[in-house]
Amino acid sequence: MIRTIRSAYTMLSPSLIWLLFFLIIPVGFIAVISFTTNLGFGGILYKFSTDAYRLAFSTLYAKVIWQSIVWAALGTFLCIVIAYPFAYFIANAGKWKNMLLLLVMVPFWTNFLILIYAWIILLNSQGLINSLLIKIGIIAEPLTMLYSPYAVIIGIVYGFLPFMILPIYASLEQMDRSYLEAAEDLGATPFRAFLKITLPLSAPGIFAGSLITFVPALSVFVITDLLTGGKLLMVGNIIRDAFVVEMNWQLGSALSLLLTILVLISIYLFIKFTSSKDRNLLL
Amino acid sequence: MRAKTRKVLFIYSLVVFAFLYIPIIVLIVFSFNDSKLGTVWTGFTFDWYIKLFSNSHIHAALLNSLFVAMITTILSTIFGTLAALALYRYTFVGKRSIDFLFLIPVIIPDIVIAVALLAIYGLLNINLGLLTVIPGHVVWGISFVMLVVLARLSGLDRSLEEAAKDLGANEWQTFWRVTFPLIFPGILAGALLTFTLSLDEFEVAFFTAGPGSSTLPVLVYSMVRLGVSPEINALSTILILVVIIAIIIWGVFINKTKDNRGSLND
Repeated sequence: MIRTIRSAYTMLSPSLIWLLFFLIIPVGFIAVISFTTNLGFGGILYKFSTDAYRLAFSTLYAKVIWQSIVWAALGTFLCIVIAYPFAYFIANAGKWKNMLLLLVMVPFWTNFLILIYAWIILLNSQGLINSLLIKIGIIAEPLTMLYSPYAVIIGIVYGFLPFMILPIYASLEQMDRSYLEAAEDLGATPFRAFLKITLPLSAPGIFAGSLITFVPALSVFVITDLLTGGKLLMVGNIIRDAFVVEMNWQLGSALSLLLTILVLISIYLFIKFTSSKDRNLLL
Repeated sequence: MRAKTRKVLFIYSLVVFAFLYIPIIVLIVFSFNDSKLGTVWTGFTFDWYIKLFSNSHIHAALLNSLFVAMITTILSTIFGTLAALALYRYTFVGKRSIDFLFLIPVIIPDIVIAVALLAIYGLLNINLGLLTVIPGHVVWGISFVMLVVLARLSGLDRSLEEAAKDLGANEWQTFWRVTFPLIFPGILAGALLTFTLSLDEFEVAFFTAGPGSSTLPVLVYSMVRLGVSPEINALSTILILVVIIAIIIWGVFINKTKDNRGSLND
């Protein structure tokens, strides 16, 4: 027994040491920074202070944080609504399944910046959508679609949709079909069978998809940067600016720590409410 | 499924595919546009590609990205595979917390890892360069490889290993002759996943790369911020093409090894 524990830890040690030095200690360090005193220009005085948290929850930032939570939540919700029937179709597409799945992989693997950039071309005031609408005669003047919350939501939905489709698809795919046959034999309508069997069994997929959509959507700064020219902000923008522009490391650290706590709670809930084979839905 | 439901779902799925692909197709089409404005079609040209291939910043950034991705993949694959084997094979105190630990990098926002590393580099007075990007990438590389390989191991038939031992193979021989060949597709999938993610990663590279060691995504970001230009379209088109080719190769690979579960996305 002692030998096996030792060999288990020997094999784990490279990973554990790496995660300790480059994840746990750094995150622990910003947790410490978030409670220190700001000397300005990135200076840190190691004296306890909760200024950073007070600033984060002051009206100035609380509004941005709340707004970005709303956008990220709305984006995640739209992703679920759009992705579910789509994933359901692919999971039931028989011999076309693999082909359709590969088609989803193209936007999934395409660089996120490129996906967002593509929407600048479309939403631009001289962009394709505006030119098209003017040509058909629906509008006379170009609409300002960039620089608006709509652009942010579109960016979130477009950028993260594949991340929602794939886990939902995977959970539908690994479902045991015999449950559905049993339900049918017992006289359930297809709709009832869907509500009572398919939906609950695919819940881990929805959960996993929401996890890898909501948290990144909250913290990504390129969507707002590129689609609103930095006019609208998400939590990610505040963190970036706190570290790079304003040099208020305490504020950036405090917000990063809050995001980390959100992540830890989500993982805890995910492990608690799903089985261990559902872990792979997160990939 | 009823025929009518199927029909509605089919049409719906076509609309979703259109939503996913129209932006990409427009992007690609306009990379061949003669006009610099990029929104009105004026004629066909290859000029932007020619310009792109002579852009030395892009060459440098591409080499930086490949270098980082390669080192990241090697380290992550070795560390992650060892961790997966340990978690599969042994039950020990603290296993649940280690399980938990490996999920953190998968979900934690890149920006948190990025600023945390930036802060610790600052504390230790480490000069930012190209090498400082690698630790952050390896953090989630380890997790991805571990999860993919562990998934492969869980699908493994344990009696094969037992049979090898019954026939007199020692642990080392059993591993190299039986276990390793069986989990190799999982290791390969994990390595490919890590390589691609590292190539694509933006936020950690943005914060932890030193001046002059931009990776390709960081360069793309700095170009894109300046607005629409056909040159970016051309660069994007090439990157999308690389993705498509990789996926086709992957698709062929999957079709050849039908039982290949625990692959990139399940």
